[in-house]
Amino acid sequence: MNGSTSPKHPLDSLLRTDRIPHIWCPGCGIGTVFSSSLIAISSTGTDPMKTAVVSGIGCSGRGAGYVKLDSYHTTHGRAIPFATGMKLANPELTVVVFSGDGDLFAIGGNHFIHAARRNMDLTVICVNNLNYGMTGGQAAATTPHRAKTSTTPMGNPEGPFNLPLLAYACGATYIARWTMLHTRDLTQSITEALTHTGFSFIEVLAPCPTGFGRKNKLKNSDLLRIYQEKAIVKNGANPAETILDLEQGITLGKFVEFDRPTFADNYRAVNCD
Amino acid sequence: MKFWRVPLDTEEIVITRGVVHIIEDRCKGCGYCIDYCPRGVLEASRRFNNRGYHPPEVKQPDLCVNCHYCEAVCPDFAIFSVEAPAQPTSELPSK
Repeated sequence: MNGSTSPKHPLDSLLRTDRIPHIWCPGCGIGTVFSSSLIAISSTGTDPMKTAVVSGIGCSGRGAGYVKLDSYHTTHGRAIPFATGMKLANPELTVVVFSGDGDLFAIGGNHFIHAARRNMDLTVICVNNLNYGMTGGQAAATTPHRAKTSTTPMGNPEGPFNLPLLAYACGATYIARWTMLHTRDLTQSITEALTHTGFSFIEVLAPCPTGFGRKNKLKNSDLLRIYQEKAIVKNGANPAETILDLEQGITLGKFVEFDRPTFADNYRAVNCD
Repeated sequence: MKFWRVPLDTEEIVITRGVVHIIEDRCKGCGYCIDYCPRGVLEASRRFNNRGYHPPEVKQPDLCVNCHYCEAVCPDFAIFSVEAPAQPTSELPSK
């Protein structure tokens, strides 16, 4: 019972199989998040010819290179501006931004807050691995307080962003947070976000055994065990009260979903009436 | 499966079954499918794939209920299950 009998994976139709196996390290969670996104994209029934995936730079940024849809691997931090342009030029497209925490919230932080403020009709999936993985595990804007990284060997003196709260404060209209272990909820959330009109933001916690795990003495499965044991699923929680602490707990769930006019609606109302 | 009392609809419930397929050369040996299979179907093999990792192998094929969790959790698109003919509840082997 091995690959020889039926070697075709159900997601192969959405993958550039000639580029698989991908570059992500053994135990990295990005592949799982990517797989959930592909399942969600195929289950929403949207036309694959009218779906585009945009990525920035970083480990998660490689996602755009592996998907057999129209995809765009953009400059560092600029995934959202490229996606915004694509959506405004061709409003029929479903545009998914698949990128990492460093790309979306450190170098691309301003783009995120302004796209959320304008309520651009995008689905932003942020793979949060708590550090800058590709460049060698440096401290990022999401690294937990006191966590060790290659640039903070004594522990991180800074506190991290609360990403759902940031997204809420900026005006995002769909906000959820899951870990890569909660694949069913995650896929469900991505499906909802894809059909939601407005700026949808999903933060997904994924383990980085090579960058974050090694410095904090956490092996492949240790981070996943933390995610499993510390998860507190609280749908509809106030984003200000969500926590992400590897010791106290990690609030997961769909926090916010409401409707307000998107940028395209407002633009049309101002300029075409 | 052992019941401490037999539910009234036992006869009607059909538990799905699955056959696990592993694309060994895509595997990077993270072991998530083995750790998180709710039925304990898989175990690490002793042999190597062409990249030098130990892929999982099916230890107890009869236990698979086709939940697709291995397929969902695998970061490398290396494992999936397909549906096999179902069997009545009473015949389901215990874990």
